[in-house]
Amino acid sequence: MPTKPEIQGTAHAPKHRAPDEVLVSMQDVEVYFQLRGGSMARLLGMDTGSVRAVDGISLDLRKGEVLGLVGESGSGKTTLGRALLGLVAATGGEIRYAGQDITKLSTRHLRRLRGDLQMVFQDPSAALNPSMTIETAVGHPLKIHGLASGEELHRRVADALERVGLSPPERFMFKYPGDLSGGQKQRAVLARAVILDPVLLVADEPVSMLDMSVRAKILQLMLDLKRDLDLTYVYITHDLASAKFFCDRVAIMYLGRVVEVGRTEEIFADPKHPYTRSLLKAIPEPDPEKALPRDLPRGEIPDAASPPLGCAFHPRCPEAFDMCGWERRDLRALIEAHWTRHEALDFETERGTIANLDDLDEPSHEAVVAAGRSSSPVDVEDLLHRIREEDADEPLWRGVEDMTLTDGGVRVRFHDGADPRLRPAGGVEVACHLYPEVEPAAGEGPAS
Amino acid sequence: MGVFRVLFKPFGQTTGLARWLLISGLLLTAMFVTFALFAPWIAPYGFAEEVPKKVAPPGDGFLMGTNDLWYDVWSRVVWGSRTAIEVVILAVILGLLVGVPMGLVSGYVGGWLDRILVLIMDALFAFPPLLLAIVFAFLFRDLIGGGVMAVALALAVIYVPQYFRVVRNTTLSAREATYVEAARAIGAPGHTIMGRYLFSNVIQSVPVIGTLNAADAIGTLAALGFIGLGIQPTDAAEWGFDLQRALDDTEAGLWWTGVFPGLAIVLLVTGLTLVGEGLNETINPTLRKRRLRRFALPPRRPAVEEEAAR
Amino acid sequence: MNDRMEPVVSVRDLRVWYGTERGAVRAVDGVSFDLLPGETLGLVGESGCGKSTLGRGLLGMLPEGAQTDGEIRFKGENLRTVSRSRLRDMRGPELGMIFQEPLTRLNPLMRISEHFEEALRAHTPGISKDTVERAALEVLGLMGIPPTRYRSYPHEFSGGMRQRLMIGLALVFRPAFVVADEPTTALDVLVEAQIIRILHDLRREFDTSLLLITHNLGIIAEACDRVAVMYAGKIVEVGEARQVFRDPQHPYTRELLRSTISLSTTGLNYIPGAPPDLTDPPPGCHFHPRCPDAMRVCEELDPIDQELSGGQRVECWLHGPDHLIGVDGRDRLRVREELSVADEA
Ligand SMILES: Nc1ncnc2c1ncn2[C@@H]1O[C@H](COP(=O)(O)OP(=O)(O)O)[C@@H](O)[C@H]1O
Ligand SMILES: Nc1ncnc2c1ncn2[C@@H]1O[C@H](COP(=O)(O)OP(=O)(O)O)[C@@H](O)[C@H]1O
Ligand code: SF4
Ligand SMILES: [Mg+2]
Ligand SMILES: [Mg+2]
Repeated sequence: MPTKPEIQGTAHAPKHRAPDEVLVSMQDVEVYFQLRGGSMARLLGMDTGSVRAVDGISLDLRKGEVLGLVGESGSGKTTLGRALLGLVAATGGEIRYAGQDITKLSTRHLRRLRGDLQMVFQDPSAALNPSMTIETAVGHPLKIHGLASGEELHRRVADALERVGLSPPERFMFKYPGDLSGGQKQRAVLARAVILDPVLLVADEPVSMLDMSVRAKILQLMLDLKRDLDLTYVYITHDLASAKFFCDRVAIMYLGRVVEVGRTEEIFADPKHPYTRSLLKAIPEPDPEKALPRDLPRGEIPDAASPPLGCAFHPRCPEAFDMCGWERRDLRALIEAHWTRHEALDFETERGTIANLDDLDEPSHEAVVAAGRSSSPVDVEDLLHRIREEDADEPLWRGVEDMTLTDGGVRVRFHDGADPRLRPAGGVEVACHLYPEVEPAAGEGPAS
Repeated sequence: MGVFRVLFKPFGQTTGLARWLLISGLLLTAMFVTFALFAPWIAPYGFAEEVPKKVAPPGDGFLMGTNDLWYDVWSRVVWGSRTAIEVVILAVILGLLVGVPMGLVSGYVGGWLDRILVLIMDALFAFPPLLLAIVFAFLFRDLIGGGVMAVALALAVIYVPQYFRVVRNTTLSAREATYVEAARAIGAPGHTIMGRYLFSNVIQSVPVIGTLNAADAIGTLAALGFIGLGIQPTDAAEWGFDLQRALDDTEAGLWWTGVFPGLAIVLLVTGLTLVGEGLNETINPTLRKRRLRRFALPPRRPAVEEEAAR
Repeated sequence: MNDRMEPVVSVRDLRVWYGTERGAVRAVDGVSFDLLPGETLGLVGESGCGKSTLGRGLLGMLPEGAQTDGEIRFKGENLRTVSRSRLRDMRGPELGMIFQEPLTRLNPLMRISEHFEEALRAHTPGISKDTVERAALEVLGLMGIPPTRYRSYPHEFSGGMRQRLMIGLALVFRPAFVVADEPTTALDVLVEAQIIRILHDLRREFDTSLLLITHNLGIIAEACDRVAVMYAGKIVEVGEARQVFRDPQHPYTRELLRSTISLSTTGLNYIPGAPPDLTDPPPGCHFHPRCPDAMRVCEELDPIDQELSGGQRVECWLHGPDHLIGVDGRDRLRVREELSVADEA
């Protein structure tokens, strides 16, 4: 067997004990986006509601570490990353960096901080001005801050390009982004981000738009940059596999909250939150011996404008129980799921039993399932019983306090439930009712 | 640099029909530009120089004949090109200088400034252009006299809202682009973002509007001249004015005094419109269709084994 | 197990080239494979290797002006040469296609019910609404879409639901052959897993043969019986998924597997360089400039399709045939010039 030429990157060990000096400290950060609503609503000055993109997150970022923000799209990762750099205004909470609260700084003061806090974007093709040469684009931060010009600027741009592997620099300087491949563009974006010698780099899914064969190269480059320039990273991703390799700590996000946070090894060795567990199980591994489990969470990430009551994950959670915040909309989903499982004929005969499923769309712990025109409340009750018998283990039933017949239908009342706060559990922090809020003295397992 | 790249890229990118539109348009326009540039050498007489013959038919020393003001029609046509091109260039440049920055700022800054500007521009846009041109021609004639500048200004006013609208709308969408956020992330202040990041990306459709407006300006200029609000005949030769003078001649059976200025207007308008449409075909992605080249698939290469067997 | 079964689709020496200003793009350049009834064949490779072109070429959905050559045998007909109208008739009842971007393929102004009615009526004129509804609800049920949503509009569905709708629309006819081009690339892990489950269960429910195009090796491992690895317009390795993953025979397959970041990744590996420009691919084996095992013969002669044990097929000189490799053909290529990032994808 011939020996391999040096084609693979030097295996780099990213995991080292991070010193505990806190670089950035986030306290209850909130970013709400006002929904625009229709023109009518605006005219009448109605409250159109808001999207809670980031909904009360407290995290410390330690110097020299790689903190991963992991979650499905829509969980607020990008928004939190942008808030960290002051690119989007936080509507609540504080973000402390170098003795200042970023959320309260004026635009001018923020601009001065740009040298320290930098960002790498998900789509390298969109992150570069299409009508600016690579040299101008990469050197622009220096020019804006008046740090270099002329020959000096040219030299520093060349250095930065060399550093990110775009060498010889002359070959790339005069090109436009359109002439570069995805990986090369992301390198140019990295060069622009490090040219000001920043302290913190927020990398928003830096490899997810790249071809798989380039991903490892860019991640390797980021590791090299971190080592050479003493950087701290916030690595945003939806890909747990790369987070496992790349991060020292990870925060798993769901609907604007952190649901689990801790050291990477601990989270991956013993995931605590049902969401984390599901994510881990759902990753298709390139190993045909492993098959995907059947008990994957149903449905998709709900609308952040009107999140589920109680624990936001409860409608999809395979381990949910009575405390988790069951509500009206879950009942609707359950009835629909029942019809989905059955023959079209059953649906035709049963659909008349219930008057209008849309009545169940508002969030509330109480539901009245009205009987259809040609049916009685007892029919509705029968239907619900049948659904219950079909799958007695369905966690929703654990949340039902009582079911009573009323004039027009069946009233279902659910336990009030509660919104689980982040709590320590075996070395990590989890936001889930399976773990008692106060750590028990003798390390008991999860209460279930 | 980037700006010129953006502006001139479509010229090189045209193919097929668009290329023919563009080339024929450019040829027509180039002809008139040549007249304009070299008028003193091309035209045998000055624009207000009286010749020995009045209303002589074409031929016999006067290529296009002479008219009732003792002018040589051919010379008037050539000098008229100079006026037309001057006015159009001035009008378009003035319109651009005002409309583009206003659209850029309005779209980027937003808020009440944007709302007020949009209101004003929409109001201007709602008027019939010729009416607007007439009103402003009156106004500027009183202020700075009836020269080229006054007419150019009046025309510019009617084009400003067009540039404003297009640039503002493209700015509104470009403002959300990642590269603009990236510019904020490196600490670029607002004017830098507008000047270095948005400007070159929102002016892509400006060449099209510019040329189409130029075509329109020729017509409007002639119309102003026709109703007597244009340039004074002693200031410069102007086709619309000549056309109006020729109106009475037609009854007397004198065709050449009107046909030649009229033809000049039609040709230049056509030329500029062709350039504009050619560019539009290229720039507007919905009109553009990527076509594959026809070619013949070569026969399959024999496998190495067969080759080796031979 | 399927040894004696007749293949549903049998492709021989298929070529699909595009004519561009830069020259002919050899997007698919001599591809042969069989697909058995109810079988799922995964097609992997870096982007730009011709996977989508192959998938569309099989169903005759290429852009005007693409040149094709070779044979696509399906139920006794050559799909490459049949008439356009015949192809149109077959699309739906016999052939199906699932795309990456479901929203762009659904008409935003039409209810889901209307989509199904339109699709079914095109092939069965006069079919009643009730019959359509019954057929549609059944397939939607299998996709996990509640019957109550039958009269909704596409925009009322989430991304994952839309993709299931597309799959349902393709499968309502129970076609014998379906091509799915990166059906989960735009979706989140959990939703992706749900869709993979559905695709995995397809063969049981519908007995459909599926060509599943993806760049995610995990999906292949999860949902495919066999896998074909494509590089620069050619299938360089094809075999049973288990076998290929356990013991990849082509250096490209091996490097691809090594460069994938998975939960068991402990170090970063990658293939240097990028797939070649298909207007002018390198001579001999197209992979030789990036191949760690390249030999002299690799840059001179096109590798030849070799069948290995277990039905695995490989196009690589490492597997012979020996008699064609000259005396010094097995010499390693001189140390390959460093492939800089300048050439990366
Ligand atoms: N500028 C914005 N205006 C309104 N809503 C937004 C905006 N940016 C993000 N959102 C909403 O906030 C939520 C979180 O988005 P994002 O931070 O992009 O999540 P992620 O990066 O995890 O995919 C989503 O529901 C998204 O629709
Ligand atoms: N319509 C087209 N015209 C010209 N070239 C094309 C066209 N579609 C694809 N190609 C080229 O064909 C090659 C293969 O593309 P594609 O089949 O999309 O690969 P993949 O799906 O593996 O990424 C690429 O080099 C691509 O640029
Ligand atoms: S034929 Fe040669 S270059 Fe190609 S994959 Fe095999 S060993 Fe590598
Ligand atoms: Mg994001
Ligand atoms: Mg593709």
